[in-house]
Amino acid sequence: MTVAKEMRVVKDVTCPFCGVTCDDLEVHVEDGKIREVKNACVLGKDTFLHHLEGLATPRIDGKPASIEACIEAAADILARAKYPLIYGLDSTELHAHRKAIELADLIGANIDHTSSVCHAPSLQAVQTVGIPSCTVGEVKNRADLVIFWGANPAEAHPRHPTRYSVTVKGMFTPQGRKDRTVIHVDVRRTPTSRMADTCIQIKPHSDYEIFSTLTALVNGHDLDVSEVGGVPLQEWRDLVELMKGAKFGILYWGMGLTMTRGKYLNVVALLRLCQELNRFTKFLGAPLRGHGNVVGMAQVLTWQTGFPFAVNMSRGYPRFNPGEFSVADLLGRGEVDAALIIAADAIGNFPAKAAQHLKSIPLIAVDPKESETTKVAQVVIPAAQAAVAAEGVAYRMDHIPLPLKKVVDSPYPSDREILERIIARVLAKRPDDGAKRAAPRPRR
Amino acid sequence: MARPFILITGRTTKQGRTIHLGKEAKEYVEEISALEMNPADMEALKVKEGDRVRLRTDHGSSVVRCKKGTVPPGLLFIAYGQFVNALVGPDTQGTGMPNTKGIEVEVEKDDSG
Amino acid sequence: MASAIRIKGGRVYDPLHGLNGVVKDVCVEDGKIVKECDGAAEVIDATNLVILPGGVDIHTHIASPAVNAARGLRPEDHRLLCCPRKPGLRSGVGFTVPSTFTTGYLYARLGYTTVMEAATPPIGTRHTHEELNDIPMVDKGVYLLMGNNEFILQYLKSGDLEKIKRYVAWLLHSLKGFGLKLVNPGGVEQWKYGKDVEGLDEKVNHFDVTPRQILQALTWVNEELGLPHSIHIHANRLGVPGNYQVTLETMRALEGKRVHMAHVQFHSYGGEDYVSFTSKAKEMADYINGHPNVTVDVGQVVFGDATTITADGPWQYRLHKLTKNKWYNLDVEVETGSGIVPYTYREKNYVNALQWAIGLETFLLIKDPWRVFLSTDHPNGGPFLYYPWIIKLLMDAEFRSQMLKRVHKRVLSHTMLPHLSREYSLYEIAIITRAGPARALGLRNKGHLGPGADADIAIYAEAKDKEEMFERAVYVVKDGKIVVRDGEVVQSVVGRTIFADVPGDDDLLTELRDQFEKYYTVEIGNFPIPLEDLPFHQAVPTGRPA
Repeated sequence: MTVAKEMRVVKDVTCPFCGVTCDDLEVHVEDGKIREVKNACVLGKDTFLHHLEGLATPRIDGKPASIEACIEAAADILARAKYPLIYGLDSTELHAHRKAIELADLIGANIDHTSSVCHAPSLQAVQTVGIPSCTVGEVKNRADLVIFWGANPAEAHPRHPTRYSVTVKGMFTPQGRKDRTVIHVDVRRTPTSRMADTCIQIKPHSDYEIFSTLTALVNGHDLDVSEVGGVPLQEWRDLVELMKGAKFGILYWGMGLTMTRGKYLNVVALLRLCQELNRFTKFLGAPLRGHGNVVGMAQVLTWQTGFPFAVNMSRGYPRFNPGEFSVADLLGRGEVDAALIIAADAIGNFPAKAAQHLKSIPLIAVDPKESETTKVAQVVIPAAQAAVAAEGVAYRMDHIPLPLKKVVDSPYPSDREILERIIARVLAKRPDDGAKRAAPRPRR
Repeated sequence: MARPFILITGRTTKQGRTIHLGKEAKEYVEEISALEMNPADMEALKVKEGDRVRLRTDHGSSVVRCKKGTVPPGLLFIAYGQFVNALVGPDTQGTGMPNTKGIEVEVEKDDSG
Repeated sequence: MASAIRIKGGRVYDPLHGLNGVVKDVCVEDGKIVKECDGAAEVIDATNLVILPGGVDIHTHIASPAVNAARGLRPEDHRLLCCPRKPGLRSGVGFTVPSTFTTGYLYARLGYTTVMEAATPPIGTRHTHEELNDIPMVDKGVYLLMGNNEFILQYLKSGDLEKIKRYVAWLLHSLKGFGLKLVNPGGVEQWKYGKDVEGLDEKVNHFDVTPRQILQALTWVNEELGLPHSIHIHANRLGVPGNYQVTLETMRALEGKRVHMAHVQFHSYGGEDYVSFTSKAKEMADYINGHPNVTVDVGQVVFGDATTITADGPWQYRLHKLTKNKWYNLDVEVETGSGIVPYTYREKNYVNALQWAIGLETFLLIKDPWRVFLSTDHPNGGPFLYYPWIIKLLMDAEFRSQMLKRVHKRVLSHTMLPHLSREYSLYEIAIITRAGPARALGLRNKGHLGPGADADIAIYAEAKDKEEMFERAVYVVKDGKIVVRDGEVVQSVVGRTIFADVPGDDDLLTELRDQFEKYYTVEIGNFPIPLEDLPFHQAVPTGRPA
C-alpha cells in the first residue's frame, strides 16, 4: 500500500545566501523535506537542499540541554557581563535584528555584524563623500557600460550578471549582452574575467593610485608617468574615454578594495571618480554587498541607533567608532568579557588572535548549523534557519527589502523568538533600574 | 628557502557550496586548503601539484596544498577559511577591517609528515 | 491605570469648533474624546494651562530608504544630540536625522501626535513601514511617489487614464499608502539621463509626455479615487532662482482642483541666479489667497544645520556642486530617484537669509490660516525641533525685528518682512499646526477636541516666550494615555499606520505581471505588503462623496 506523500510547491521564495537576494525561487517540499529548487544558482540550491544537514543541537558546556535551559544560561551570562559583545546577524532577518539591538540597548553591549569585516570600509567611504548609486533594475534597464573592480560576482553573486548586470534584457537594453560593454579589473584572472570584453590586470595595492589617476584624467589633467598600477597610462586614458562616452556606466566593487591597503580610502577614491564622471554622463557606483542579509542588519541598526556597524551602548546611548568598537578590534585587543554570536560563524572567519579571545570568554552561539563557533561555545542554541524555516524580511544589496517565507518547519525557535526570550530572562534578572552608568572595562 | 609572495583570498563557488555540508566536511576542507600558484613559481619552488607548502606571516602559519592556477607570478590565491585566518593579524589600523587580502607571505615547501 | 481622564480648567483652543481659549473641561474615555466622563477619571489640573489638539505634521521626512541613507551618511550629525536609555524607553541619537525612537520621543515632547512621511518609493515602501513601526508615540501615514513612475508615463503616453487610475489604486492598496506624491514630475525621469526639466511643457525622453500632463492626469486620478488628501506636489525647479513662474503655472494647470503645494517657500524665488535672487512670496500669496482650492505647507528655513533629502535627484546634484558637500544619490528602478546633501543655513548668507524671510512672508501674507501649514520640510529646511522657534517668529513681531538685525543686511531691501506687523494668535497657531493639516488630510478624528476625536491632546504652559511654551508640552495625551509629563516622555506607545482604504484589483495583478518581469527585478507576488506587517493600523475611507 502506498501512502500519499504531502507535496507542496512554494513560489516566489527569497534566497538568503548572497546579496543578489533572488526572490523567484521555486521550492518543492515533500513531507517536510526540500526535494527540488528551481531558478536558484548552485549556492542558493545548496542553501535549501541541505537544510537538514549539519544542524546544531542545544547544549550547555557540551552536554545536551533543553532550549529553555540554554536560554536561561545565555541570559545569565549576558546579565552579568560588564562589556559584552553581540555579533553576527548576517544570516537572519529584520525582526531578529530588532531584538538583537534591543538586547544590546538593555545590557549596554557592543553590537556589530559581519559588514565590519566586509564592506564596512565602503560604508565609511560613503560617510565621507557620499555615493552616486542606483537600484539593480536601473542597471538592467539602462547600463551600457559595466565595470567589475576587485570583485568576482561569477563566484560570489552568480545570478547578478544574468538578473541585473550583464546578459539581462531591459527597457533600453533589449539586446542584453550585446547592448553592454563589460570590463573586469582585478589582480588576477577569475571566472568573472570570462564574461568581460576587456580585462585589466593590476598590481595588488594600487587601486588608490589608479582611481586618483582616472579622476585626474577625467578632469583633463595629464600625468607624467608611463604606467600606473602596472598598467600603461594609455590604457587608463582609453578607459576614461569609454566611461565618459557611456550613456549609463556602473562601477561595481568588492573586497579587493575594502580588504587591501588603503581600505576605505580606496573606496573614497572610487566614489569621487564616479561623482566627477557625472559632469559628463550618468555614472554610478555600487558595492557588491553580502553574504546573506548584511545590508538588512546595517539598515535596522542605522534606523534604531543612527549608525550602520560597530555600535557601542555601554554608556546608555549609541556610540560609533570603527577601530574602537568594531569587532576585530574589540576581540583583537581582548576587551569583551562575554559574547553572543548569532547567525554567523565568527570563529570561522576571524583572524586567529580574535578567535582565540572569543574562545577564552563565556560564549553563546545561536545558529541553525554547527560551526567553528558552536564547537567551542559554552551555550549553543539552535535556531530555525531564516528564509528556510523562519519568515521575515531581508534586504538586497541595493537596499531593497524583500519578504522571506517559511518554507519548511523546524523543531527550533526562530532567531527572533530566541532573542525575545533571552531579553525577557535578562529583564527578570536585572529589572530596569534606570540609565546604565558607564561600566569599567575589564583590564588584562 | 622562503620567498615573499602576495596572497589574495576570496570566495569560490565550491567554498560557497560545500560550506553547507559543514566546516569539517572533506570537500569543504579540501577547497579552503587548496592554494593556487603560478606554474612558473611552482617550478622555482620545486613543488608539484598536490605538494604541501607552508605559508608564513608575522601572525602565524598554515600548511596547504598547492595547485596550478591562473594567478600572475608572485601572487597566490586561496579561498576564505581557517587556513587564511591563521595568517591574518588583528591590527586594523583603526579601520575595523583586518588585512585580509594582499597579504605578504613567505612560502616554502613543507616536507613534514 | 484609568481609562478615563478629565482635563479640568484649561483654556481650550479647538478651531474646528470655534473654541478660542474657552475655559472648559475636556473628557477622555477609552482613547476617545467624549462629551462627559461618567464615573472615575484621572484628573489633570490644567488651571492656567492651554489645551490644544495634538500636533499634525503634514510634511516631514522621518522614515524611508532615503531618510535611512541620510542617517547612515551623517554620523557627525548624531553627535549633536543623544538620548540615553531609560526604563521602558530606548536610546538614540541625532539632530537633523534622529534615530527612530528618538524621533518619536522628540515629536511627542513637542506635543505632536500625527506625522505624515512625505515621500516613499513604491519598491522601498516595505522598508518605510518597518522603519515607521519603530517610531513610537505618533500616528503616521506615507505618501507614495508617482510623478516619475515609468508605468504611469507609459500609460499616459498611450492616453490610458483609466489604466493609470487602476494602477495608482493598486499601488495604494498593495502598499498601504495614504497619499499620492509628485516630486519634480518628469524631471526625475530626465535625471536618469543626467538631465532635468525646465518647464511644464518639456517632453520627457522616450515617453514624450510633459510635466503638465503628469500633473493633470494624477490630479484627476487623486480625485477620481476620492482620496482623503489632495494630490501633494513638490513642483519642478525647486530651489532654482526664478522658479516662481513654474510654481504659478503648476497651480494654474490644476485650477479648480484640490491641490497641496509642498514646502512652497523653496518654490517662490525670483531672479536669474543666486546674486539677483529675490522673493516672490507676494506673488505666490496673492495667487493662493485668490484660489481656495490650494493648500500649502511652508518649508520654513531655520538657521543652522540641515540635511537635504528629496526624491529630486537633479536638484540634489546641483546642490552638491554648489556646496561641494558630500552627495548621496539613489536612482530607483521604474519609479523615481533620491538625493541627499548636508547643508547649513547661515544668517549672514544673503540667499539663506532671504529664504528664511520668504518663508515668513508666506506665513504672514497668506490670509487664511486653514490653508497654510507649518513645516520645515524636515530636515531639508531644518530639524522639526525648531518648530517652536518658528511659532515664536510668527507670534512676536518684535522677535522678528531682532532677527532681521542679525541677518545679511542686503535682505532688508529685498523683503517685505520689516513691514509685516501681523502676529499670529494662539488660535491661528492651533490651525496651522493642527486643525488645518488634519482637515487637509481628511483625517476626521484628528486636529480637534470634539466628541469622537482620537484623544490626542497637547497641554502647554502659557509663556511670554512662545518658543519656550511650545518646546516642552506639560502633558501630552495619546489615544487617551498620558505619555508626556513636564516635557518628558513617561510612557512609550505604538502609533497607528494610517492608510487610504482603496479597494484591491486582482485583475490588474495579472496584467502587470508581464511588465514587472520585463522592467523590475522583484516578483510581483512579493511587492504587496500584507496587513499583518502593520501591527497597529487604521484604514481611512475613500471614494467620491455621493
